[in-house]
Amino acid sequence: MSDMRQLYQEVILDHNRKPRNFGSILAANRHAEGHNPLCGDHIKLTMNVSDNKIETIAFEGEGCAICKASASMMTGAVKGKLVQDAEIMIEEFRGMATGTLDPDGQDNHLGRLKVFVGVKDLPSRVKCAILPWHTLHAALNPALNPTQAEPSISTEGEADPVSDHA
Amino acid sequence: MKAENLNFDRFDIEKVRADFPILGLQVSGKPLVYLDNAASSQMPQAVIDRIVQYQTAEHSNIHRAVHYLSELATREYEEARVKVQHFLKAQEAREIIFTRGTTEAINLVMHGYGRAFIGKGDEIILSGLEHHANIVPWQMLAQEKGAILRVIPMNDAGELLIDEFEALFNEKTKFLALTHVSNALGTVNPVKKMIAFAHRHGVPVLLDGAQAAPHQPVDVQDLDCDFYAFSGHKLCGPTGIGVLYGKAKLLEKMQPFQGGGDMILSVTFEKTTYNVIPSKFEAGTPPIMAAIALGAAIDYLNGIGLANIEAYEKQLLDYATEKVSALNGVRIIGTAAKKAAVLSFEIKGVHPHDVGTILNDDGIAIRTGHHCAQPVMQRFHVPATARASFAFYNTRQEIDKLVVGIRKVQEMFS
Repeated sequence: MSDMRQLYQEVILDHNRKPRNFGSILAANRHAEGHNPLCGDHIKLTMNVSDNKIETIAFEGEGCAICKASASMMTGAVKGKLVQDAEIMIEEFRGMATGTLDPDGQDNHLGRLKVFVGVKDLPSRVKCAILPWHTLHAALNPALNPTQAEPSISTEGEADPVSDHA
Repeated sequence: MKAENLNFDRFDIEKVRADFPILGLQVSGKPLVYLDNAASSQMPQAVIDRIVQYQTAEHSNIHRAVHYLSELATREYEEARVKVQHFLKAQEAREIIFTRGTTEAINLVMHGYGRAFIGKGDEIILSGLEHHANIVPWQMLAQEKGAILRVIPMNDAGELLIDEFEALFNEKTKFLALTHVSNALGTVNPVKKMIAFAHRHGVPVLLDGAQAAPHQPVDVQDLDCDFYAFSGHKLCGPTGIGVLYGKAKLLEKMQPFQGGGDMILSVTFEKTTYNVIPSKFEAGTPPIMAAIALGAAIDYLNGIGLANIEAYEKQLLDYATEKVSALNGVRIIGTAAKKAAVLSFEIKGVHPHDVGTILNDDGIAIRTGHHCAQPVMQRFHVPATARASFAFYNTRQEIDKLVVGIRKVQEMFS
């Protein structure tokens, strides 16, 4: 079985079929939208952060299996985490997806998210996997888009928009 | 040309495939199945050889120096223009302008014709099938001038509604920009009839021929279009070269697109006198090698015959349509009665990008996405489609592999 089949057949297909934390939180105090114009992926994140901790988080939108599964697993992974710990995971996920972090060889907090390691070999799909994480970064840092009512991030033209904001 | 009239002596598929070195490639450990020809076609050895020969023994700048190489390159470049003229059955070679591609050709018409002759309150008619390249330039013009875009709607098969098209015309209609063949759905528009109607209202017509010129004979005089644009890289040529055909009388009254060398007769700081057509529209050093290679690609296609190509590709499309329609859970998007070799489809419950990635694992190259035709996607209420597009070097066996690949995708996502 190729890495691609492995990537699709394990956890991702399950999360694509049954996304966790799917929907929106009405009384959210953090929110952001993410777009991938290339494939039409669209993610909307809503969450509640209090005492620097992500108390609740939900996502909705349209996307491919890789994007949806990434969003679904991300919400599960960061729920209950401190904001700074979520930011570390964003960096680590980004590193894994772009091939700069080897999740088996280097210390990290990715856990089950390691299932996405295969996207590094699919350059056209890296953005699909990273989009939810970019969106999370935008939601946690509303000051990055002070002119926009709704923080939003687009992967258009940028291999890695997070680094522009970091 | 009917399929039974196909000249099989001149169309030996194995021989044709052997002309394309890239078709021997292995991808993901499997033989490449290249079904993304509407995005870009592959290049036969004859064209590759022509490029090598040019760069090895013929290259210089053109229209400049008096030395041997410059004269040789100039002659080859102008011969390529004549090849394009004959390819499109244009009346004169000076009606052929080399551009960077279809997009630049359309932008040239928008700047050179649109900005001079379309004004506030004027109306430009486009179709709902257009590629972004034939929407955005006109939208930019409309914004600049206060002009209005009117859109020809289509039915659920992806065919333009001709009655509604005719109803769009009024005294304010100043231009019709229309695709000859839809890149997203494959619909072949009844352009000759539509051009005749537009002309009865005194409206000039630009045809986007990017998806038509590589797949069927084109006769711009018979069509009577005012402008025709196509790209070299979809026609077995290289990227970076395209063609704008324009009727001489229109090109002559148009403003230049870009200023620079070669497009002038004389320059002082007070005044510049523009060159005659086509030079007026070819500022700066053009893509000389690419133009000459396009000429070689046209020679190659003429050797097979565009009518033969059209007939063979029709057989491939009919076969693919039959096989893919027979699959449960697969919807073909674009079912016009007259179609070029494009098969857009969606698999129920699977995003097209996942389809593309999984097919790639079997060496199958298709295009997934909105195909730079987002209004078409909106019309059919899909974010994107998977698109297989065929060329004369594809085979039924490759379509069988596509069908097996689609079934695998369905199994994985079941």
